[in-house]
Amino acid sequence: MLQGTLDLLILKTLALGPAHGHTIAYAIERQSEDVLAVEHGSLYPALHRIEDRGWISSFWGTSENNRRARYYRLTPEGRKQLTEQTNRWDEIVRAVNRILRPA
Amino acid sequence: MSLKRFFRRSHWDDERARELEAHLAIEADENIARGMSPREARDAARRKLGNTTRIREDIYQMNTITIVDAAWRDLRYGARLLRLNPGFAVIAILSLALGVGANTAIFQLLDAVRLRTLPVMNPHGLMEIRIAEAPNGRTGQFSGRRPNLTNPLWERIRDRQQVFSSAMAWSGAPFNLTAGGEARYAQGLWVSGDFFATLGVPALAGRVLATTDDQRGCAAPPAVISYGFWQREFAGSPGAIGRNLMLNGHSYEIVGVTPPAFFGVEVGKAYDVAIPLCAEPLSRGERSGLDKSDVWFLAAFGRLKPGWSAERASAQLASISGPMFQETVPARYRAEDATNYRNFRLGAFDASTGVSTLRRNYESPLWLLLATTGVVLLIACANLANLMLARATAREREVAVRLAIGASRGRVVRQLLAESLLIAAIGAASGALLAQWLSRFLVDFLTSANAPIFVQLALDWRIFAFTSLLAVATCLVFGLMPALRVTGTAPGAAMKAGSRGASDSRERFGLRRALVVTQVALSLVLLVGALLFVRSLRNLMTVDAGFLQDGLLVVNLDLRKAGIPPARRTAFYDEITSRLSALPAVSAGAQAFIVPVSGSGWNNNIVVNGVRQPDNVNFNSVSGDYFRTMGTPILNGRSFSAQDTPASEKVAVVTDGFARKYFPNQNPIGQVFQIEEGPGQPRPSIHIVGVVKDTKYTDLREPFRPLAFFATSQETEPDAGLQVVLRSTAPVSTITAEVSAAVASFSPAIITQFQTMESQVRDSLLRERLMATLSGFFGGLAALIATIGLYGVMSYMVARRRNEIGIRMALGAGRGDVVRMVMREAALLLAAGVAAGLAIAVLAARTASSLLFGLHPGDPSTLAMAAVGLGAVAMLASYLPALRAARLEPTEALREE
Repeated sequence: MLQGTLDLLILKTLALGPAHGHTIAYAIERQSEDVLAVEHGSLYPALHRIEDRGWISSFWGTSENNRRARYYRLTPEGRKQLTEQTNRWDEIVRAVNRILRPA
Repeated sequence: MSLKRFFRRSHWDDERARELEAHLAIEADENIARGMSPREARDAARRKLGNTTRIREDIYQMNTITIVDAAWRDLRYGARLLRLNPGFAVIAILSLALGVGANTAIFQLLDAVRLRTLPVMNPHGLMEIRIAEAPNGRTGQFSGRRPNLTNPLWERIRDRQQVFSSAMAWSGAPFNLTAGGEARYAQGLWVSGDFFATLGVPALAGRVLATTDDQRGCAAPPAVISYGFWQREFAGSPGAIGRNLMLNGHSYEIVGVTPPAFFGVEVGKAYDVAIPLCAEPLSRGERSGLDKSDVWFLAAFGRLKPGWSAERASAQLASISGPMFQETVPARYRAEDATNYRNFRLGAFDASTGVSTLRRNYESPLWLLLATTGVVLLIACANLANLMLARATAREREVAVRLAIGASRGRVVRQLLAESLLIAAIGAASGALLAQWLSRFLVDFLTSANAPIFVQLALDWRIFAFTSLLAVATCLVFGLMPALRVTGTAPGAAMKAGSRGASDSRERFGLRRALVVTQVALSLVLLVGALLFVRSLRNLMTVDAGFLQDGLLVVNLDLRKAGIPPARRTAFYDEITSRLSALPAVSAGAQAFIVPVSGSGWNNNIVVNGVRQPDNVNFNSVSGDYFRTMGTPILNGRSFSAQDTPASEKVAVVTDGFARKYFPNQNPIGQVFQIEEGPGQPRPSIHIVGVVKDTKYTDLREPFRPLAFFATSQETEPDAGLQVVLRSTAPVSTITAEVSAAVASFSPAIITQFQTMESQVRDSLLRERLMATLSGFFGGLAALIATIGLYGVMSYMVARRRNEIGIRMALGAGRGDVVRMVMREAALLLAAGVAAGLAIAVLAARTASSLLFGLHPGDPSTLAMAAVGLGAVAMLASYLPALRAARLEPTEALREE
């Protein structure tokens, strides 16, 4: 996966509602129609990093199949970041495309 | 990264562990739902998630301030190692504490005596005013501890100078607090009116003295007391102000108390009472120096005007000096003295750190002692380095493993240093505590009953910086070297070498050898120094002073209040003297104007056959029994007797040296000389009637100088003071009681003061005793540490060479051969150390030559004594490991491999 995009995808996933790590990993895979495989090992350090920046917060909850799990939720700051980073992503994609497929 | 997370990082780690555990559980649940067996499901989940420990470590790292974390862990590791090895820890910390403590104590004293500024307002603006150029010295009477100026000179400086914003003068003298009986003294100051204003010292209570208090002829002057005196004498009572204080038999009203920090301007002395300079005649009466231009007793300070430099002030003072000296030439000066006097020029000298006799006497000894303790610390460090090296070598494999699995060399060095740092920090802290006690001890050592010393031993930033610097430096010296050494080996080599014996290259021993040689050399230097000082002291204590020092009591009688008219004094003094000499406890007694080794003196030039002799001759005035009392043998002629009266011809008893110098190859008895008196004074001829053995005069250290005694019985109008020397074998308290009773029966208004010759001699040798005691202690300590070092290295070497020794013995080497082999090794190290040490000692001893007596700095017998002494002890210490080596069972030593 492209460097830095994991954070953006996590934020986007959480925009739909609180989720725990396992859900986030599978949601990303499903949403990308299995193109993007999230390496579970790098997911948790990423979550920690984003929480450290204050973009998400965490709490302990109960999962669908009745397991205690740590849930993450987007903070208002995270929501702002999501918009900003999505815009920047679009810009980058457009710029790269302009180079790859000149009109 | 938040600091909060840093401190709660283990809590966070637990959270992560639970979170990952939950992830695995959920994944496994789903796998089971897909039809896997629970075991398969869990394994698959694990495979997918990867190494959870690794993930946790990654996150833990993110929560960590790496350097702090590593340092903390290293320190804890170091502490654990120290706890595992309490013996090593105690030796290491104790030797460092002693080294750092001694250094800090000496430095503290130096700081107080030399470096610290006076506790007054803006001390850097203070300058001392004194004669800058005095090519031929001054003559006249000198009193006080800083006799720089006369009062006529001071009054002219005060009235004419434009250099200072204000100027003041002072003179220190003991003030007697009692009205009769045995004297009790306060440290007194006569101060000019501007004294406190110039220093900027306010009153803590009441007021300080002002210019209006210091007016010539003042009849009821006020007194200001120090905080210490206020506490001691009045228990800090506010009622002290307004009370009257008896000083030298005159009453003064206390008007104020100075702040606790202010001890005066003389470092080493704390003043008790200050009274105006105009009150000096009230104490000294007819001997007052206020109007005499040859009575030197004042010191003067000025405060620089803003923007003035010391050079400018000096130049300005010099330019106004001419008329001042011109106007004050003392009348009794001879022509050449007067010419000298007119050429004097005043100058200004930095006085921000005050003035001090203590400093003059002890500054160079203290620097020397600081160097000594520095060397002791260095030896202790070398010893520790050796110990650490042995420990590091033992841990070589452990270090090799760490390096092999990826630790950087820096990381391992840091870890090894942490232990040293811990030792250094604890050692330095204990040393700083020890120093407080040591410096107190030093001050007590230097204090004698007659010369109380006051030194402010407060801890300030200089001392703190000094001790910290010592700690860091020692840590680097004894910690870094072994750490670098042990991490310098390639891990592969260290692991392969593994077993002992083979891995010890000569090169590795080299460093340890060099350390021991250094230790031996340095400790030999200190030992030589110690021996020089101890032998100097011994020389001084056993020097033939020309009189018997034991069993002599000096009685000082102050008869100013006794009301004896001058004409009756001679008879009265004879009566007292014979009464005291007849006391049951006393075997002999005599009057003496000057008591030897008391520091006071009286001298002048003499004229022989009409020719003025160039060098000064010392004089004394004594009664007939003086020589018998002092135990000074009469070599020729007679002592004074009743036939020598003011009316008879003037007579003198001279020392052997006097006779041989001025009347060589003649019979001195009957020869005549004159004292060179000033113009207009009579110069009676003095006939020599006796010759006595040479005796010391002001100081034990000086060589015998020509000395002439005159008869007290020929004096017409003596002073209102009498000094009697008594010889007795009874305890001091018995004699003083008898003397006090006898004196009181004459008049209760006589003030007496006692001093034994023994304590006088002891006080005069304080500096020598200090140097001998401390350098002896440090020299011994250094030798002990060096011996332990040599023992350690030899033991270590024997242990590491067990194999080799075993093989040698198996091949037929006898036990004697093994002992010889080890001892040869030790002797080689020792010889190298001693040779280097002797060379350094000869150079270093020169710096101490001024502090030695009757001994050359390179004295061969002292050098030999030190070398032989150290060598013998060190060889003995090496003999133990050698013996241990010889007792090895070759079969056992070989089997251990």
